Amino acid sequence: MLNVGKIEEGFVLDHIEAGKSLSIYHHLQLDKLDCTVAIIKNARSKIMGKKDILKVECDIDTLDLDVLAFIDHNITVNVIKDGEIVDKKELVLPKEIKNIIKCKNPRCITSIEQELPHIFVLADEEKEVYRCKYCEEKASDSAKW
Amino acid sequence: MRHLMNPLDFTTEELDTLFDLADDIAANPAKYAHACDGRKLATCFYEPSTRTRLSFEAAMLNLGGQVLGFSDAGSSSASKGESVSDTIRIISCYADICAMRHPKEGAPMVAASRSGIPVINAGDGGHQHPTQTLTDLLTIRALKGRLGDFTIGLCGDLKFGRTVHSLINALIRYPGIRFLFISPPELKVPDYIIDMLSEKGIEYEEVIRLEDCIGQLDLLYMTRVQRERFFNEEDYVRLKDFYILNKEKMSLAKDDMLVLHPLPRVNEISVEVDDDPRAVYFKQAQYGVYVRMALILTLLEITVS
Repeated sequence: MLNVGKIEEGFVLDHIEAGKSLSIYHHLQLDKLDCTVAIIKNARSKIMGKKDILKVECDIDTLDLDVLAFIDHNITVNVIKDGEIVDKKELVLPKEIKNIIKCKNPRCITSIEQELPHIFVLADEEKEVYRCKYCEEKASDSAKW
Repeated sequence: MRHLMNPLDFTTEELDTLFDLADDIAANPAKYAHACDGRKLATCFYEPSTRTRLSFEAAMLNLGGQVLGFSDAGSSSASKGESVSDTIRIISCYADICAMRHPKEGAPMVAASRSGIPVINAGDGGHQHPTQTLTDLLTIRALKGRLGDFTIGLCGDLKFGRTVHSLINALIRYPGIRFLFISPPELKVPDYIIDMLSEKGIEYEEVIRLEDCIGQLDLLYMTRVQRERFFNEEDYVRLKDFYILNKEKMSLAKDDMLVLHPLPRVNEISVEVDDDPRAVYFKQAQYGVYVRMALILTLLEITVS
């Protein structure tokens, strides 16, 4: 079993579906941050069998993690300070998500103007429905980048 | 600065103000004949729509303004690959307000986000056509005297017809409206609309035959079965003649029922109905000019005393 040391301040994202950690790494734009990140893939899990874990050593105010609520509700976000878990962050669905999913409507303006960001807005919080800002097409799971 | 992308962009109170202005324009056209002197409307039509474009142009000319623009993408810089965002930045230097029609859904919204002038969505694919909905509402209010407390029948292509979807969304904000959806099973109103009506507790009924329910209606909104919405010609030919309004069916209707149609019609309303005083679809086109005049004045923040 591989061991990765604990972090002093930052986040531990646990219970990520196995194999999805790299896509979350990109969605959170961790590649643009100058901080230590550990990506643990296919860790053993009693509940999930296999899971991914991301450990991010950073100032806890640096990251906007709300997008995780859209990507996967089941991810546990542990907030770490002084090497200890001080909080389990509750994820709130973001009002707007940008370039996380792609509009699949062939009639949408984003289908011909490549430089436009793909923006989806939360249309129904209860049913967790997002719609394309431009054409109002409902977001589908298959539309994730 | 305000734009118009969706008929619901305006609250019902704002719509009342807009319709009051349209009524005043209709009653006193001379008063508004120079309201837009020195102003220019750009009609940017990336797909042909003579009726809507001419209605916008007539509206601006009636206000004393001038018009410029293009009527299909081939004669615009879009054919050279220019983006909507770039085009509107240029148009903003030439005109004071823009009406945009585009085959791609959301294009006018992209334009509005980059524009230095108000943008009116003059139809974006199968998505929205807000000035048609405003026209429908003004016609109903002017000729029925109220926006609410009536039974409206929507007949024809209720699946693909964006004017119908927009009108339903706009009407549910008023009290006491009952909907009768009259269509062949293949062209039924989409489930999300039915779900929305059920959730809001709004009364509706789906009906197959027009003659079965025409007697209950205060308003009948006819629509065209559009060839371009079908993937194959066979389906179009099979369905287009399903619901034709003729004198015989009109004889079953109330004396004060009004017949509306966004036009152009193909054959869904027999020409013999045109002379019936209850047929108001040509008047509707006139109200379309009044409402666009009121809209131009409102978005340009011009008041006429």
